[in-house]
Amino acid sequence: MAEASYPPELLYHPEHDWARIDGDVATFGITWHAQDALGDIVYFDAPAIGAQVSQNDPYTEVESVKAVSDVYAPLSGEVIEVNDRLADKPELVNEDPYGDGWLVKIRLADAGEAGGLLERDAYVATLE
Amino acid sequence: MAAATASATPLRHTSLYERHVALGARMVPFAGWEMPVQYEGVIAEHNAVRSAAGVFDVSHMGEIETSGPEALALLQRLLSNDLSKIELGGAQYSVLCREDGGVLDDCFTYRLGPERYLTVTNAANHEQDLGWFIAHRDSHDVEIRNRADDYAMLAVQGPIAREIVQAIANAPLPNRMRVEARVVDGIEALVCGTGYTGEDGVELLIAPDDAPAVWDALVRRGARPAGLAARDTLRTEVCYHLYGNDLSSDHGPIEAGLGWCCKEDTGFIGAEAVRAARSNPPAEQLVPFKLTERGVARPGDRVLGGGVVTSGTFSPSLEIGIGLVYLPRERSAIGSEFEIDVRGKVRRGIVAERPLYRRA
Repeated sequence: MAEASYPPELLYHPEHDWARIDGDVATFGITWHAQDALGDIVYFDAPAIGAQVSQNDPYTEVESVKAVSDVYAPLSGEVIEVNDRLADKPELVNEDPYGDGWLVKIRLADAGEAGGLLERDAYVATLE
Repeated sequence: MAAATASATPLRHTSLYERHVALGARMVPFAGWEMPVQYEGVIAEHNAVRSAAGVFDVSHMGEIETSGPEALALLQRLLSNDLSKIELGGAQYSVLCREDGGVLDDCFTYRLGPERYLTVTNAANHEQDLGWFIAHRDSHDVEIRNRADDYAMLAVQGPIAREIVQAIANAPLPNRMRVEARVVDGIEALVCGTGYTGEDGVELLIAPDDAPAVWDALVRRGARPAGLAARDTLRTEVCYHLYGNDLSSDHGPIEAGLGWCCKEDTGFIGAEAVRAARSNPPAEQLVPFKLTERGVARPGDRVLGGGVVTSGTFSPSLEIGIGLVYLPRERSAIGSEFEIDVRGKVRRGIVAERPLYRRA
């Protein structure tokens, strides 16, 4: 995706991760800014199903041609699904970071944590 | 403090800076210059060079012209190769060594006239190289000129690179490892049959003010703008050294695998140290490697039991992690397996044949 975009319905973590909350499940991914800064992504090390992730802690890595980066959990919970398509097509993270390039889904441990995340405009302000 | 120091010396811009910005390139500091690291994406740029043609702005590279009756004698003293073997219009690779054999730079030297040579230096080393040339001039009857500000440099590389340049050139292009003056798109250029990608192609030395028009003509004819990131993946696949990574004053040319460009009988500075290293091989040897599992080893990653990665990247052509590594000599043979600590994870690698990538 060539043009920067930050959907308003998502919540953002300052380490350039996003979360989409749907009931007690949240989908995580990295933001347009993160994938743009990394460049072409070549590996995503998916965590195991059942793994526990903690808000503000790294839970996996994404690796691009030029660099490797920790991926931070915007919220705490248990991994219930990982994006298996990324094993063969890690470039989906670049092409569609908020859609087909999602990383994991978790069952939320504490819905209250969402209050610690940034709304779109506040996140975008951190990029300037 | 580091930021304050960095801002004290503003980054230099090549004459193509406006082109890079207009193309949306990501600009990064590199050896005192602000250079394009990528435009659309490193993999697309890499593949364009492997399958068609790419154009790189390498105007940050420096040039030193050495001319006069004793130009050859001085260059024989400074550079490791046998400069007397360069015919008129020829090119040669060599290293610049200290007395102890430590490598100060690696350079291409072109013979432009019977007594006129142009040495292309790495941007980060140019001022030091120039000082080294002048300091060792002694009584040689030569003129040493800093030509770094006189030349922009465009590398046009890939299987159709020559076709693209030929279409706007006034005469046949020089062969590999040759240099000729030509008119390219109406501009006087030194056309060099050299490159840093493992593909055929040419490098153009032109006046900086002329570079944007030539760049435009090359891009219009299908050369894809390519940045430093693709330059790095391309050169790593063919195992070309990068000064500052694989070469430094801490290493001699023998352990770096550059003994082939050292001709000790010419008596260059460092020849005795190189001769000694040849007969009594150093403890480590630089060799190419591939990872045999997922992951990418990066420069600075340590080999378990000794050794360090100096170049490491994902190879877009091979789709695995590759690089160059200094390994203990007894474990550096092709096929030797080893383990690298990659950010706390152990990744397995194997010493591979050079080059890592060869056209199918």
